[in-house]
Amino acid sequence: MSAVSPSSASDAIIACNGLSKHFGGVRAFTDVAFQARRGEVTAVIGDNGAGKSTLIRCLVGVHMPDAGSIVFDGREHPFSNPDGARKAGIETVHQNLALIDELTVAQNLFLNRELVRRIGPFAFLDRKAMKREARSMLSRLSINVPSINQRVRRLSGGQRQAISICRAVGSGAKLVVMDEPTAALGVQETANVEALIRRLREQSVSVILVSHNFDQVRRLSDQIWVMRAGKMAATVRASETSGNELVALVTGAA
Amino acid sequence: MVSEIRDERVRSVSRLSRLLSRPELGAAAGTVLVFVFFAITAGSTGLFSAKGIVNFLEVSAQLGILAAPVALLMIAGEFDLSVGSMIGFAGILIAIPAVFWGWPIWLSLLFTFAVCGGIGALNGLAVVRTGLPSFIVTLGSLFMLRGLTLGLTRGISGRTQVSGVHELAQNDPLNSLFSGQVFTGLIAWLSDLGLIGKRADGMPSISGIPVSIVWWIALTLACTWLLTRSRFGNWIFAAGGEANAARNLGVPVARTKITLFVMTALAAALFAAVQVLVTGSADTLRGTQKEFEAIIAVVIGGTLLTGGYGSAIGAMFGALIFGVVQMGIFYTGIDTDWFKLFMGAMMVIAVLFNSYVRNRAMRSR
Repeated sequence: MSAVSPSSASDAIIACNGLSKHFGGVRAFTDVAFQARRGEVTAVIGDNGAGKSTLIRCLVGVHMPDAGSIVFDGREHPFSNPDGARKAGIETVHQNLALIDELTVAQNLFLNRELVRRIGPFAFLDRKAMKREARSMLSRLSINVPSINQRVRRLSGGQRQAISICRAVGSGAKLVVMDEPTAALGVQETANVEALIRRLREQSVSVILVSHNFDQVRRLSDQIWVMRAGKMAATVRASETSGNELVALVTGAA
Repeated sequence: MVSEIRDERVRSVSRLSRLLSRPELGAAAGTVLVFVFFAITAGSTGLFSAKGIVNFLEVSAQLGILAAPVALLMIAGEFDLSVGSMIGFAGILIAIPAVFWGWPIWLSLLFTFAVCGGIGALNGLAVVRTGLPSFIVTLGSLFMLRGLTLGLTRGISGRTQVSGVHELAQNDPLNSLFSGQVFTGLIAWLSDLGLIGKRADGMPSISGIPVSIVWWIALTLACTWLLTRSRFGNWIFAAGGEANAARNLGVPVARTKITLFVMTALAAALFAAVQVLVTGSADTLRGTQKEFEAIIAVVIGGTLLTGGYGSAIGAMFGALIFGVVQMGIFYTGIDTDWFKLFMGAMMVIAVLFNSYVRNRAMRSR
């Protein structure tokens, strides 16, 4: 159970093998194998400095790995930057830096993929269509905001995170990567975002979730991968593990 | 937030508080105040006669041509302190080839717009590539362009002024685009109806609307359209509001900013074209301090110095206030030395008012 089992990659939305990343003399991680199954919530846990964030950044194109292969959706990983990853269908929900305060909810949902109507050489924003679409995107995930015409500045942390997630899913992403999506949120807001992640799972959206919260990870995910000191230490099914076991795996006491 | 309510929980935002959160509000109110003030103090002096109105609108128009694109750039979170020097430089670029090298005016105009646009792109590139504050980069351009202007002009002409453009421009196809009057027929008709006064010789007191006013209004409308109705506008707000978030979402922040630097440089060239063709001459000191006047107009118009918030319509009001105050002080007979004191105070008051209203509007919702 504590050994990392190499997998048949057919049901994997993303899989990597022999992945290494060094920064100068510092090894972020070495020879890591990891995969996330289609339609599941896959969690990555580990202590600070275990290499989680760097691994995730390699998956979404922020960093290029030094060695190893990444296969996304059946194809060899083709992207060297986040834009490429996004176009291929990987959306990342960043912890804080994801929304523009002075734009409305609808404008944020459609930022950089605005709907336009062309009249001659001019491309007019199709604001009606964007508002209509924004409403249906939000209601599909049962996200409730005071108004889609509201500036994002005035929303709570949980609402902002919900909109970030909605934005990621709404672009038709095949895989949504969330780095500590509830780290900055209060209890109630965390519960709301967790409910949202569950709904994503019901709708068969593949999710990779990085979290420090072992209880949350057990509540939300199907498969849990544990990193320790730059190695993939173990992988377990969430339903078959306990909080104590996760702590042991993360600290190396197992 | 995640309840199953399908409809939005619309917390109804009253029209009033929505109005209060508009960036232009302070400037619009200020415009009314300034008009009332001068209607009382200068009402009988001819400030609000057809001639007087055209006079202050022309002052406003020149500044407004600069202020509209400067507003967009400031919303994107950057400054361009080089527009004033760019005006002087562009004026020389128009005049010297025409006067000394025999180029037709239209060619030196095209040449000037191309060169200025290129310098604007360099400003923008320097800002996004080096990551230095645009305040510093364009402060450098401010001095470099002024020095270049002086050096080139004196080197080529031996003087600091180039005149004689009028004669050369008279039959140029582009001349009427930048100087001269429009709506002359309309003005004559209004005058015949008695709505516009006549001079002693029976001609209307104004012969038409200076074309710079049309440029001002057209540019303001174009910038407003860009800001509120185009993808580029969303990118401007995004770049100025949260540049990192914008980059994460794939917004071309660098390209947006460079484009805006090109636009402010082209506006400076347009300003110079109007000035050179109306006055018939270029001077190496033209445009001095215009960069600050433009920023004053933009800030009075409600745009935040920190970026991410503002409007081009506000900048139009800011320019209008500037023109009315400048000409109003002249008409009332107050020593015009006091003008700058007034404008400086006006700007600080406007900013205080804007931030007060903005905070209140934020809290009340």
